[in-house]
Amino acid sequence: MTFRTEHDLHRRRKGRNIGVGLMLVGFVALVLALTFTKVTSGDFELPRAEELSG
Amino acid sequence: MADASYTSLPQDYDTQLGDYFALLKPRVMSLVVFTALVGLLAAPVSVHPVIGFASILFVAIGAGASGALNMWWDADIDGVMQRTAKRPIPSGRVPAGEALSLGLALSGLSVMMLGLAANLLAAALLAFTIFFYAVVYSMWLKRATPQNIVIGGAAGAFPPVIGWVIATGSMSVEAWLMFALIFMWTPPHFWALALFMKSDYNDADVPMLTVTHGRRVTRAHILAYTVLLVVLAVGTAFTAVGGPVYLATALVFNGLFLIGALRIWRRPEATAVEDGYRTEKKFFRLSLWYLFAHFGAILVEALLRPYGLGGW
Repeated sequence: MTFRTEHDLHRRRKGRNIGVGLMLVGFVALVLALTFTKVTSGDFELPRAEELSG
Repeated sequence: MADASYTSLPQDYDTQLGDYFALLKPRVMSLVVFTALVGLLAAPVSVHPVIGFASILFVAIGAGASGALNMWWDADIDGVMQRTAKRPIPSGRVPAGEALSLGLALSGLSVMMLGLAANLLAAALLAFTIFFYAVVYSMWLKRATPQNIVIGGAAGAFPPVIGWVIATGSMSVEAWLMFALIFMWTPPHFWALALFMKSDYNDADVPMLTVTHGRRVTRAHILAYTVLLVVLAVGTAFTAVGGPVYLATALVFNGLFLIGALRIWRRPEATAVEDGYRTEKKFFRLSLWYLFAHFGAILVEALLRPYGLGGW
């Protein structure tokens, strides 16, 4: 199996790709933080069994 | 709508992250973040910092999305106007189609995420704000009526209401007072700009008041709206979001603003041309400080309240 050589386009877009990657990581971290905050807050209730079974 | 690039860039120019960011109108976004944050902190309900941070971020992204949609729609006239010719689409740095895609994607993302982070009412208000700015203002009013920025100003006035709703889940008189402050502030702010960006709106055939009714009428309108704004801004001092700090700030800035508007009204056009619209530019700069000071004062009152110092 051979890896493709780096194209000029990849080199020129490196900064942009890294930026998009960091933003995605930040977004995932934010959603995770939001989930923890909501689940650990006092008014969070798990759905009841009958609601889950429909 | 024009889909063409107006200036030449290197053929292999790759759109940079900064070009996409510029599509989101970062300066407008900073005002949106600030006023939404004030709305959120002035509300009588406290919000968890993570939820508050995420919600304000999604409001900012929503505001940026509407900015991208506005730039996509207005690319043809932006290329004609000196003030906007260097924006990403007319300068050829971002293809118009990409701006549209980015605007639509971020609109959907921000509304959905705000609904999950805060509540459905806040999300619905954000969706309406994006719709109002992109469709009602940009696509309809801007090129149709000299009342474009009067009605369109509502889009910029929603962020503090959204901030309030993020915290409380409902609307109240105080939230709408903050809305009214920005709504009444917008016309004098933009008409001052229209006075000194002399030929821009003419060149682009945008029916600003300066183009349709002349500069004398625009000067009179600036004064009239300023008088109404002064009454509203000072009156707000005696409501639940006001207090001594706000009252002192409002008295100083409204005094200065009224003097500025009177000067603009009294000035003959020839004098303004002679000194390069110095008074109009000064009024425009003051208007930015005016809004910042009023919302800053509301924020100070809110932050002092837990210590028994804010409000009356």
